[in-house]
Amino acid sequence: MLQKIRQYHFLFSELVKRDFTKKYKRTVLGMAWSILSPLMTLLIMWLVFSNFFGNSMKHYVIYLFTGQLVFAYFTDSTNLCMNALVNNASIFTKVNVPKYLFLLSQNVSSLINFGLTLILLFVFSAVDGVTFTWKFLTLLYPITCLVCFNVGMGMILSAFFVFFRDMQYLWGVVTQLLMWMSAIFYTIEGFSYKIQLLFLANPIYLYIRYFRKVILDGVIPTPQFHLLGAAYALIALALGTYVYRKYNHEFLYYV
Amino acid sequence: MRSVLKVSDVTIRYKYGDFRDIGLKEWTLRHLTHRYHVEHFLAVKNVSFELFEGDMLGIIGSNGAGKSTLLKAVTGVMVPTSGTIERNGRISALLELASGFDGELTVKENAYLRGAMLGYTKKFMNEAYDQIIDFAELKDFEERPFKQLSSGMQSRLAFSIASLVKPEILILDEVLSVGDGAFQEKSAAKMMEIIKSGAVTILVSHSIEQIEGLCTKVLWLNHGEAVALGDTKGICELYQSFLSGNMEALQEASNRFGPAKESLTQGE
Repeated sequence: MLQKIRQYHFLFSELVKRDFTKKYKRTVLGMAWSILSPLMTLLIMWLVFSNFFGNSMKHYVIYLFTGQLVFAYFTDSTNLCMNALVNNASIFTKVNVPKYLFLLSQNVSSLINFGLTLILLFVFSAVDGVTFTWKFLTLLYPITCLVCFNVGMGMILSAFFVFFRDMQYLWGVVTQLLMWMSAIFYTIEGFSYKIQLLFLANPIYLYIRYFRKVILDGVIPTPQFHLLGAAYALIALALGTYVYRKYNHEFLYYV
Repeated sequence: MRSVLKVSDVTIRYKYGDFRDIGLKEWTLRHLTHRYHVEHFLAVKNVSFELFEGDMLGIIGSNGAGKSTLLKAVTGVMVPTSGTIERNGRISALLELASGFDGELTVKENAYLRGAMLGYTKKFMNEAYDQIIDFAELKDFEERPFKQLSSGMQSRLAFSIASLVKPEILILDEVLSVGDGAFQEKSAAKMMEIIKSGAVTILVSHSIEQIEGLCTKVLWLNHGEAVALGDTKGICELYQSFLSGNMEALQEASNRFGPAKESLTQGE
């Protein structure tokens, strides 16, 4: 494994560079735009929903922002990663390189976006008067889980996209559905206990909730909560690895 | 002599059909109406050969003979359906030259990316970069987007990157026929240098003169089967005669140089 990392380290960094250059088209605005766009979404959401929920809740902006942050990273990463194999077909049908490199390099740029937006979240929190505690450090846990979950989902989706070229549209519908199920702008307190538990079946909601518990409530979630978060990430990763292994030499017939 | 590449009894079954570029909707519909077909095609049948240090193998055969498929298996892009391939050295392959380059990146960025794909280290690329650009004669185009280059320039760059770095196994698929006359001469000279340095080279070309002039042995593929393997001059003559319509040349080649009778893989 270590030897592999050393062997492909240079290729990986070159791929990351390429994806970056292409994504931002060598413009400063390109980079700024990727931070501005989640902020604009946040602004719109706040304008629309603060009248409904904002009055009854403290720090509603932060509540919105955490939801938006996690969900945007998820959709950004999965949508980019879906193209990882198809877009690099001209490379892996000619040169024998590990195919997951393309996927990971795509993930790096969305992860950096996520990081920048996360900093903004902390700035907003400070301005909004949220008390910072050492517990914020535990946020590394859901972030790690989320990265693994996104990589796993990206592997599955990119493989599916090779076989079925209408995946983009289907995935668009699925993310729509997930968005409504993730309680980004509303609270789930009004639902019965059973339904509230059901929300935790949605990995994205689970990670959002972790963020909110730590930042807004100042508490660290239960051990069961941690286990469930890790389980989602590991299942996605395992499925993704399985698909890549199984079809490693099949992909080239379909591109 | 050291065996660098050993291909033993390799068979490759290719999957093809109209299942490419379809969506889930179409896929489901076709399965429901029993119109989903996947065909299999034996692109390479029981091919064996062994190459030693300094060997240069030319692969000839008409379109669809399985040349490119065989090369893909040698580079590891495809896995053989049966048979084994042993490689003792680093492979540098030029299959369909300009592909794998990114039109939006500059020449320099592409050079590094390609170098990385071929498995070179960053340190090595930093050292070799100037040499590569000089050899490709692209000094004035370094910062240009790759898509602005002519196809000749593109393949010059590709050739320079792959050849300047002393691979142990170099695979060239229809590479030498690109670039202008002067560059062709230069690249042929470069190749002779690599061959002499002990590397193994596999060359696929439709130019018989090129094969005759460069290769130390020849493999003739016909519909995926190895017709003949060995003596360059003899096989090339028969192949030429086969191309001009003499069907018996195929049989003769198989009789005289058929893989079953060959003794040349033993080396001298």
